[in-house]
Amino acid sequence: MRGFLLSVGLVAVLYTLNAAFTGGLGPALAISPYFLQVICLAGINVILAVSLNLINGFTGQFSIGHAGFMAIGAYASAFVTVTFGEKVRSALSFLPMEARNDILLVVALAVGAVLAAVAGFLVGVPSLRLRGDYLAIVTLGFGEIIRVFILNIDAVGGARGYAGIPKLANFFWIYFFAAVTILIVYRIVRSSFGRTLVAIREDEIAAEAMGVDTTRSKVISFVVSSAMAGVGGGLFGHYLMYLHTNSFTFLKSIEIIIMIVIGGLGSITGSVLGAVLYIAMTEGLREAAQYRMILFSLLLIVIMIVRPQGILGHREFASFLTRRRRLPTVPPAPIR
Amino acid sequence: MTTFLQQLVNGLSLGSIYALIALGYTMVYGVLRLINFAHGDVYMVGAYVGYYLSRKLQGREPSFVSALLVMLGAMVACAILGLIIERLAYRPVRRASRLTLLITAIGVSLFIENVAQLDVRRYLPDWIFGPDPKFFPSLAPHYEFVVSGVHLTSEQLTVIGVSFLLMILLRFFIMKTKTGKAMRALSFNLDAAKLMGISTDWIIAVTFALGSALAAAGGVLIGMQIPKIDPLMGIIYGLKAFVAAVLGGIGNVPGAVLGGMLIGTSEVMVVGYLSSTYRDAIAFGILILVLLLRPQGILGRVQKEKV
Repeated sequence: MRGFLLSVGLVAVLYTLNAAFTGGLGPALAISPYFLQVICLAGINVILAVSLNLINGFTGQFSIGHAGFMAIGAYASAFVTVTFGEKVRSALSFLPMEARNDILLVVALAVGAVLAAVAGFLVGVPSLRLRGDYLAIVTLGFGEIIRVFILNIDAVGGARGYAGIPKLANFFWIYFFAAVTILIVYRIVRSSFGRTLVAIREDEIAAEAMGVDTTRSKVISFVVSSAMAGVGGGLFGHYLMYLHTNSFTFLKSIEIIIMIVIGGLGSITGSVLGAVLYIAMTEGLREAAQYRMILFSLLLIVIMIVRPQGILGHREFASFLTRRRRLPTVPPAPIR
Repeated sequence: MTTFLQQLVNGLSLGSIYALIALGYTMVYGVLRLINFAHGDVYMVGAYVGYYLSRKLQGREPSFVSALLVMLGAMVACAILGLIIERLAYRPVRRASRLTLLITAIGVSLFIENVAQLDVRRYLPDWIFGPDPKFFPSLAPHYEFVVSGVHLTSEQLTVIGVSFLLMILLRFFIMKTKTGKAMRALSFNLDAAKLMGISTDWIIAVTFALGSALAAAGGVLIGMQIPKIDPLMGIIYGLKAFVAAVLGGIGNVPGAVLGGMLIGTSEVMVVGYLSSTYRDAIAFGILILVLLLRPQGILGRVQKEKV
């Protein structure tokens, strides 16, 4: 009951904010379109960062191919709305236009999520049997293969990019799905399955010895993570109304990694913080654009040397307020 | 048949460059168990240093002596760069988890790429990097031979010859010298090597310097063959060379050479007989197959994981 009330409250708050930002509640509350776009892109990045954190931070399997799954979700859902949009709308003609668009968006996102999950499964099954650092390269490779593959599909624009996607996503939907992503990851991490993921992160051999089916757990976590990246990609396409494979190079994957590393691997609130900080710094440093990535890469190195667990590091933000300290963690194992 | 032989020659000359870069990956992985993501960027810096030096030498007739000077200069510069990277970025996190090491390596790689893309010619007129591609001047005299229908350029022969020479020297260094022996001991067991009185810090530094110098040689050689160089060229060459190292068996020096040749030839064959759009996908396809069928690589040995 409490959960239900909370979700109704959240939807109401998001709906009101959406109306306020776009000027629906009087011009005094409206914000500039530029600022709104930054906020919306931050929301999409929250989805990507939190979902990547499930596999990189909680399961400890380093994937650098998140942009590939994002691309699958983006292109698949955009394809659905562009090709079948009119049919769905006319089939739902008894509903008001807005509701029809919303249903169309949710259906398209679901298709994108399912396809991204299937891709995640196909990539995950062979590669998650490998040890950590190989996985990084394989996911990187798959991410690039996916991108090259999409680049060669003419039905979605190929090298010209995919234009003419209706603007179905808005502040409300982006933050709604961000909340859903956070909730899903939170529930997974707090479940007994989540504890097996953390066990795999801490010591894979020990986890296996305790009876954890490590490959299965890793694949599940990877598939869930990919599906959520697909949703993020779908929202990305339906918000910017244009897709190009150049948005999904492995630099995009690295960007998401920077977000979760800054915020803290294995901390949901950390990922949210990291995503928001990243966007804020990117926009704030627009003047010094050519020095921006230098700063981020230095930050990455310095964080790894000084505080490898990131700003929040395996802890949630709330745990800093309640003064409930975690048990001291075991020092990292030597190289072999 | 002639076409096939021609493709084979082209493949071998590309493959020997992959092999040179792969050696650096495999050596560093051997001693540190680290995928040195920045290695491809060291190769890029090598190509740029070569470009800078050859511009300084411009006006002189292209000759093998100046080509040799350029290559040695680039190798020394990159060896120093490798030492700096190891000292400042990797040494502080060497004892941390592998994930930390990997993220640091990604950070170093991003840093080098973005510094190389800076456009600061306003303040530093001599700055050779920059976002736009540069074109390598021809270093050595150009000859062309035709052997039973197969065209051989002097560049291709130089690339293949120099790479093999360097690989043989490296092999000699690793197998016959005391430092090389220490390197092998380190890749066998770092802690035991330390207990035996080997200065591990020094050996790791030597490994980085050697690997980086080989990558720089690769960078200058590619400049002779494909003259266009740009700050992001290291990414794709680095990845393919890494795939080559995995294919041959990572940590295994002859394996890296074999893997480089195989990747180079198969890439040229795919481009020649199928389509050039799959140029970059082929290496990853091979990688995935290798990891599925024989994760230890062609010449690698299975390592039992111990607790």
